[in-house]
Amino acid sequence: MPEPIRLKDHEKDARLVRARAVVGAVVILLLSLVLMVRLYYLQVIQYEHHSTLAENNRIHVQPIPPNRGLIFDRNGVILADNRPSFSLTVTRERAGDWQKVLDTIVSVLELGPEERALFEKRVRQGRRPFEPVPVLFELSEEQIARIAVNQFLLPGVEVAAQLVRHYPQGEHFAHSVGYVGRINERELKKLDPVDYSGTHHIGKTGVELFYEDLLHGQVGYEEVETNARGRVLRVLKHTDPVPGKDLTLSLDLNLQKAAEAALGDRRGAVIAIDPASGGVLAMVSQPSFNPNLFVTGISVKDYAALRDSVDRPLYNRVLRGIYPPGSTIKPMVALAGLDSGVVERSTRVFDPGFYQLPNVKHKYRNWNRGGDGWVNMELAIARSNDTYFYSLAHRMGIDRLHRYLSHFGIGQRVSLDMFEEAAGLMPSREWKRVSRRQAWYPGETLITGIGQGFMLATPLQLAQATALLANKGKWHRPRLLMKADGMTPEQLMASGLLEARPAPPDIQLKDPHNWDLINFDMQQVVHGARGTAHKVGATARYRIAGKSGTAQVVAIRQGEKYDRNKLQERHRDHALFVAFAPAENPQIAVAVMVENGESGSGVAAPVAKQVMDAWLLDENGRMKVQFAAAVPQEVSREH
Amino acid sequence: MNTSFDRTLSDEDVLRRRATLLQRLHIDGPLLLLLLLLAAGSLFVLYSASGKNLGLLVKQASSFGLGMLAMLVIAQLEARFIARWVPLAYVLGVILLAVVEVMGHNAMGATRWINIPGVIRFQPSEFMKIIMPATIAWYLARNNLPPGLKHTVVSLALIGVPFVLILRQPDLGTSLLILASGAFVLFVAGLPWLWIGGAVAAVVPVAVGMWYFVLHQYQKQRVLTFLDPESDPLGTGWNIIQSKAAIGSGGVFGKGWLLGTQSHLDFLPESHTDFIIAVLAEEFGLVGVCLLLLVYLLLLARGLVITVQAQTLFGKLWAGGLTMTFFVYVFVNIGMVSGLLPVVGVPLPFISYGGTSLVTLLSGFGVLMSIHTHRKWIAQV
Repeated sequence: MPEPIRLKDHEKDARLVRARAVVGAVVILLLSLVLMVRLYYLQVIQYEHHSTLAENNRIHVQPIPPNRGLIFDRNGVILADNRPSFSLTVTRERAGDWQKVLDTIVSVLELGPEERALFEKRVRQGRRPFEPVPVLFELSEEQIARIAVNQFLLPGVEVAAQLVRHYPQGEHFAHSVGYVGRINERELKKLDPVDYSGTHHIGKTGVELFYEDLLHGQVGYEEVETNARGRVLRVLKHTDPVPGKDLTLSLDLNLQKAAEAALGDRRGAVIAIDPASGGVLAMVSQPSFNPNLFVTGISVKDYAALRDSVDRPLYNRVLRGIYPPGSTIKPMVALAGLDSGVVERSTRVFDPGFYQLPNVKHKYRNWNRGGDGWVNMELAIARSNDTYFYSLAHRMGIDRLHRYLSHFGIGQRVSLDMFEEAAGLMPSREWKRVSRRQAWYPGETLITGIGQGFMLATPLQLAQATALLANKGKWHRPRLLMKADGMTPEQLMASGLLEARPAPPDIQLKDPHNWDLINFDMQQVVHGARGTAHKVGATARYRIAGKSGTAQVVAIRQGEKYDRNKLQERHRDHALFVAFAPAENPQIAVAVMVENGESGSGVAAPVAKQVMDAWLLDENGRMKVQFAAAVPQEVSREH
Repeated sequence: MNTSFDRTLSDEDVLRRRATLLQRLHIDGPLLLLLLLLAAGSLFVLYSASGKNLGLLVKQASSFGLGMLAMLVIAQLEARFIARWVPLAYVLGVILLAVVEVMGHNAMGATRWINIPGVIRFQPSEFMKIIMPATIAWYLARNNLPPGLKHTVVSLALIGVPFVLILRQPDLGTSLLILASGAFVLFVAGLPWLWIGGAVAAVVPVAVGMWYFVLHQYQKQRVLTFLDPESDPLGTGWNIIQSKAAIGSGGVFGKGWLLGTQSHLDFLPESHTDFIIAVLAEEFGLVGVCLLLLVYLLLLARGLVITVQAQTLFGKLWAGGLTMTFFVYVFVNIGMVSGLLPVVGVPLPFISYGGTSLVTLLSGFGVLMSIHTHRKWIAQV
């Protein structure tokens, strides 16, 4: 029996395939639905997320740094400007055989193999072939010309310009205007990352630092479309930067130069203030340095030379130098005595050459060992009689002395816009208790009365105290800025562009006439026959009110004599002189400190006079018209 | 019987007379229409995706022409005639794959081509995409359905040889397509559900085995990156992040033709080949992609109708296998570009740039047309 042949059951096969096709169709539909749900999820639900991603991909914002504001002196002479600095860039993509191009650059500029190696290193560091890589900085005029002439040999090579801060006056304003330098790590953390995104330099000292916010300006933007490799394809939007504000300072280049010349090559500080406004007219700290060195990055060697110099050129003596003010504070002490009623104008003190506290053996010596005999206030100031002021201070007591002298700004930061000012020290009972854990001794009051002991002041504070005497107690904080964008510092503070620093209250005397009396006594210092600075007064074309002083560098032991020949030059006393003029209508207040100059009247006073001459007199040695008109013809010499 | 036979004959005459030009050319109207629609759409999207590269467009258009020609030629061949040559074609295909393995042309780290300079540059794996389902269909059609254990094992062996050869090239995408095209024939032939379930359950151990013994490092990397694209945002993950951004930023209506920023600014990799759907999604939005999916679904529907209506079992199985494989192309490509699946190199049918894939796909549709148009008239009654 043959096996039954199993016939193919076509009908059954067809049914089976049809069933499977239906299942397949269902699966296909289900999976298609999955795809659609996925696309719906990406394109509808996550639309915002992905369009942001795509936009971020595409749009890049490139900052355009603003031009830094310029700085002028009061006459519009430029003190800080922006100078184009040229660098040489190579764009690999356009250079083709860039190795050959580098060879050409080296031969055109006649450079050595070291530069060639450096260029190659820099070009290799460039990450994107279409970006220009700077290979040589600060090109000279000649180098630019050579590149221009050979441009056809140098595909992809360009001279790129950027603005770099420049101080055309060099050393003259290094201590007041300051300088900018590259932003460092620490500054980077504090800066607004947006506003400084394109900026490489920032004010480091002086006006450049204090007015950084005004000088910097606002960053601009360029929205550019880039491809995946970051190449810029086109500019979509351009927002111009807002340049920084130009600043006009109250400084005067000519006066500055005159003050420097007056100081000569001695170390020291001169500061001149317009008492009516507080504007600083000249600010000299000698020796100085060239601020341009710091802008492009000072070399280690140059910096070490400046830092390690015994003359300390980087040290701002006007603001940071703290010295015992010495006799320069005597007019203020006298004024305090009058106002508090401790002394009368006619009160006399007998000076045997020293002063002794009751029941104390110690002799507080006058500088004039022989003594001046009976001394009243006028003579005490003119002669700078220590004994009179020991007596006055003793009667005043430290508390009143502290209060009055603090009103004059001693022991406080007085400036409006000088950031690195030292506070100095006006000692008090409280201060000594806290800092020394000791009681105040009466003897300390005596030496405070002649500006010695614990008391410390900066030349700026002395100038300000002098300006207050000239100004009859009207306070203006000394300031370098005269105008920015047409606004005075006060207006800037009122509009919130500057942090407010209100001036201390004006000094109100019970009898305002006492201002004139002290003014008269200070004139006697210069013009009186027995005045300590009468030599200066002899040649003065206008009346000067002044006061000399010395600041001890090394304490002289009791009973020992100051012998200049025994002292090393750098241990000699600092010479001080403060003055304002014309006395009847003060136009300028000056403080001079000559380091180790020894004699305030002999060394510092002539410097002060030269400064005042430069300000008040014209080239013919006559009072400038505007000042002459302001001075009363008949000078009252009563009292 | 006789009466119906007579009537059929006369009907056949009538039908012959009524036969349109399309029928005489053995062309299936709905398929042709949908394919031409896709061809037009492809050139449209490609113009944008290639950055307005006209040369590329001309190449793609001529590939379309070549593919259409292949389709027409294949449509003329009767399926039963082809069936006779299938075993030989399969053996030839495997031999060619082996030749590739030994001395193939190396391009981009993968050995996929046979290159006879000046004559032909030929990718045997593409040829296998058509022959693989035909082979299984031929084998299974000789016996009763559903396939028993023996036939299943033989079928799997037939699938396995080219699969492994292609996987070693290495070409994960194509090998998986070959595997799918054979497996779908088994599925259509009624492979028991229990076995299918078992095979799915076996995927895990097999996958683990492949992970350690078969996959290349770059393939492993792709899978890892798929699992966490953000882990390597500048390397392999970049593609997926950027293509998702392209798709997502298209929104419902898209940014407009030629206005897609992702592709035009080079953020999208392979924007005119495997990732072209992202360009389409960016510029035409959800609406655009859904329209494309609709056209694909209509093609698939037509393919399944042809499967069901095929006269011979061989025809049914082959048509079913080809149709479902076509869907795998679509699903895997869109799935990978939209971040649903790992990145494997599978082009988007008819839209991606690439002549080989076009010719292969159109040849497949030629087969479908042949199966459909060469039915005996008797069967149509």
